[in-house]
Amino acid sequence: MSKKNIQSENASRNIPIITEEDVNEALPTYKPDALVACHKLRKYFPIHGGLLGRKIADVKAVDEITFQIRQGETHALVGESGSGKTTAAKTLIRLYDATSGDIFLRNFKTQAMDNITHARGANLRALRSEMQIVFQDPSGSLNPRIPVGDIIEEPLVVHGVKSRKERLERVVNIMEIVGLRAEYLKRYSHEFSGGQRQRIGIARALVLNPKFIVCDEAVSALDVSIQSQIINLLQDLQGKFNLTYLFIAHDLAVVRHMSDTIGVMYLGRLVESAPNDVLFNKPSHPYTQALLNAVPVPDPTIDRNKAIIMGDIPSPINPPSGCRFRTRCPKVMDICKEVSPPTKEIEPDHFIACHLF
Amino acid sequence: MALLEVKNLHTYFHTMDGLTKSVEGVSFSVDKGVTLGLVGESGCGKSVTSLSIMQLLACPPGEIHQGEILFQGDDLLKKTPDQMRRIRGNDISMIFQEPMTSLNPVFTVGNQIMEVLMIHKGMTEHEAKEKTISLFQDVGIPDPARRVDNYPHQMSGGMRQRVMIAMGLACDPKLLIADEPTTALDVTIQAQVLQLMRDIKKKTNTSIILITHNLAVVAEMADFIAVMYYGRLVEYAEVRDLYGNPKHPYTHGLLNSIPRVDKPKTAEALPAIPGVVPNPYNAPSGCKFHPRCKYAQRKCVDEEPPYVLLPGSDSHYCRCWFPVQD
Ligand SMILES: Nc1ncnc2c1ncn2[C@@H]1O[C@H](COP(=O)(O)OP(=O)(O)OP(=O)(O)O)[C@@H](O)[C@H]1O
Ligand SMILES: Nc1ncnc2c1ncn2[C@@H]1O[C@H](COP(=O)(O)OP(=O)(O)OP(=O)(O)O)[C@@H](O)[C@H]1O
Ligand code: SF4
Ligand code: SF4
Ligand SMILES: [Mg+2]
Ligand SMILES: [Mg+2]
Repeated sequence: MSKKNIQSENASRNIPIITEEDVNEALPTYKPDALVACHKLRKYFPIHGGLLGRKIADVKAVDEITFQIRQGETHALVGESGSGKTTAAKTLIRLYDATSGDIFLRNFKTQAMDNITHARGANLRALRSEMQIVFQDPSGSLNPRIPVGDIIEEPLVVHGVKSRKERLERVVNIMEIVGLRAEYLKRYSHEFSGGQRQRIGIARALVLNPKFIVCDEAVSALDVSIQSQIINLLQDLQGKFNLTYLFIAHDLAVVRHMSDTIGVMYLGRLVESAPNDVLFNKPSHPYTQALLNAVPVPDPTIDRNKAIIMGDIPSPINPPSGCRFRTRCPKVMDICKEVSPPTKEIEPDHFIACHLF
Repeated sequence: MALLEVKNLHTYFHTMDGLTKSVEGVSFSVDKGVTLGLVGESGCGKSVTSLSIMQLLACPPGEIHQGEILFQGDDLLKKTPDQMRRIRGNDISMIFQEPMTSLNPVFTVGNQIMEVLMIHKGMTEHEAKEKTISLFQDVGIPDPARRVDNYPHQMSGGMRQRVMIAMGLACDPKLLIADEPTTALDVTIQAQVLQLMRDIKKKTNTSIILITHNLAVVAEMADFIAVMYYGRLVEYAEVRDLYGNPKHPYTHGLLNSIPRVDKPKTAEALPAIPGVVPNPYNAPSGCKFHPRCKYAQRKCVDEEPPYVLLPGSDSHYCRCWFPVQD
């Protein structure tokens, strides 16, 4: 794939971009309304060992995943703990350097998809304001010694908003939008409830007007009644600011409510991706079926005798040969041990990696 | 006679910030072979209730201020520490949320169960090891003869939780209290552990108190559900009755507001309950739910409603002046 170095008109993001044709080459099903995309993205973590601390193996946390998210939509990543959801998200927003593969982000000045995989320096800083992340544990990511107003203001300082007055205005404005009273400016994060702390985390992520937000288990640690409030807030903000979300959650009920499209990960691979109704009504990959079967339903009248998948997720350092799910798959065949199943589009927007298809 | 009967339990904490009445007038009973689901949000008093039953509270700062805890008719609050220790080993056992904190990292998991069996059942080391291996088999730990020699950190979260269940079952307890036993687990592993607990109950007829904040988990597991809010029971009913016909505005609101995996996505916002749980050191007047309740009236602000059996029912209790009409 040829990458032409075209100067972007956007002075704040002068990264090498590629033309639409190049993107089409990289992403066969590239959508004109995509905001972010990744192609064959890999992230390996080296493991060092021995006396000399040489690299002895890799954790294949994310292994050749390809997906795209349309502007204004929510794409969810689901899968068991350790399947690579957080690593995929952090690589996508350039908090980690990709081991290989490409990442694309829409440039609103040129309308092109910029290849941001290797953006550095000022370009990378500009990207930071366009892509933000909200984490699970609101208290863990908030410095207890800094007043809330300053926590929310910090990204503005870092990104060179010089006027103190403008910064304060933007902080107060965003606090109001996420439902925090401006009089809380001088309070410390430990004085807030879990739900309010998550609002602080969201306010900080939003203060730079990003287009793309990763919500990594952002509602998972919250109480049941507060979780619904924050879900509503996230959806409200999405509508108001035309935000695009990558939504990571282990609660599939929340995922069904929040997302437009879903990717199912297993041991670093994307095993199935589909639009919301397709995935939940007609899960096709044996792993997706197992995952959905395991979800409890708040209705005591339904049948409790479901097929339960046995065993644990294997180690990503030495994943099973062929299909990584084969050690737990109820439909495993001979070929599954030998050949890694290729990803196929079995109907529009419905991708699956399994030899049954 | 009920196996366990908690009567008007009040558990308080005397802390630097003042007095907090963490459990305030809680009453319920658990019959033999029954699973009771105890649900409620963080801080509502679920763990304090179970620790009060087990008498594992640190006192001070804790204090069981008032109440009776009848186990097979005997008041546990009148037992000596020695008697309580024996009851905890033999008759009532507890499984905690985070197995890592309740398993000792420097001993093998097998040794920790063997010790319980040797102390409480007077088994020899050899007998205890045999029994431990068979318990591991029962709870679905593969390769049990080898796994008993593992240290906790060598096991996955799901396997550690199975070890905890094996330990909880070691002395064939009559009552098993499981405090958020699956909260830290993946849904796939959670489904395995819940299935295991259902199988065990079928086989041994053990009574279970399952504590969780997850309304879906208890719907699948429990025969009866008790809903707690701010240290109080606000509703109690047979499981189908509670989900099909919730009467307390809090229960009703929660069930309406949670997203459901079995319902298609809609464009509408979730009908969330507004506001937050009140500060534990500063209780609102009257009904503790009134600042968040859409049905609240003057009376709710002035007077706390009693926890009573609903007219026309023999098992549906509610603490509300104006129960939801269907
Ligand atoms: N910085 C790191 N260094 C080494 N290994 C890592 C690092 N971060 C993650 N891993 C490993 O990569 C794999 C994927 O981890 P990741 O955190 O992305 O999973 P996840 O799907 O987000 O899981 P969870 O649901 O538990 O958050 C795991 O095996 C993890 O141990
Ligand atoms: N040792 C203690 N000292 C002071 N207060 C305590 C202590 N233990 C519990 N509390 C208070 O008692 C109340 C009830 O706590 P409890 O642990 O029972 O809640 P819970 O319902 O189990 O919540 P969670 O879902 O978070 O486990 C809380 O307000 C808590 O702060
Ligand atoms: S490829 Fe084989 S092992 Fe993998 S999910 Fe499909 S059937 Fe199962
Ligand atoms: S007593 Fe009043 S405020 Fe309390 S739950 Fe009932 S209606 Fe609501
Ligand atoms: Mg993660
Ligand atoms: Mg608790």
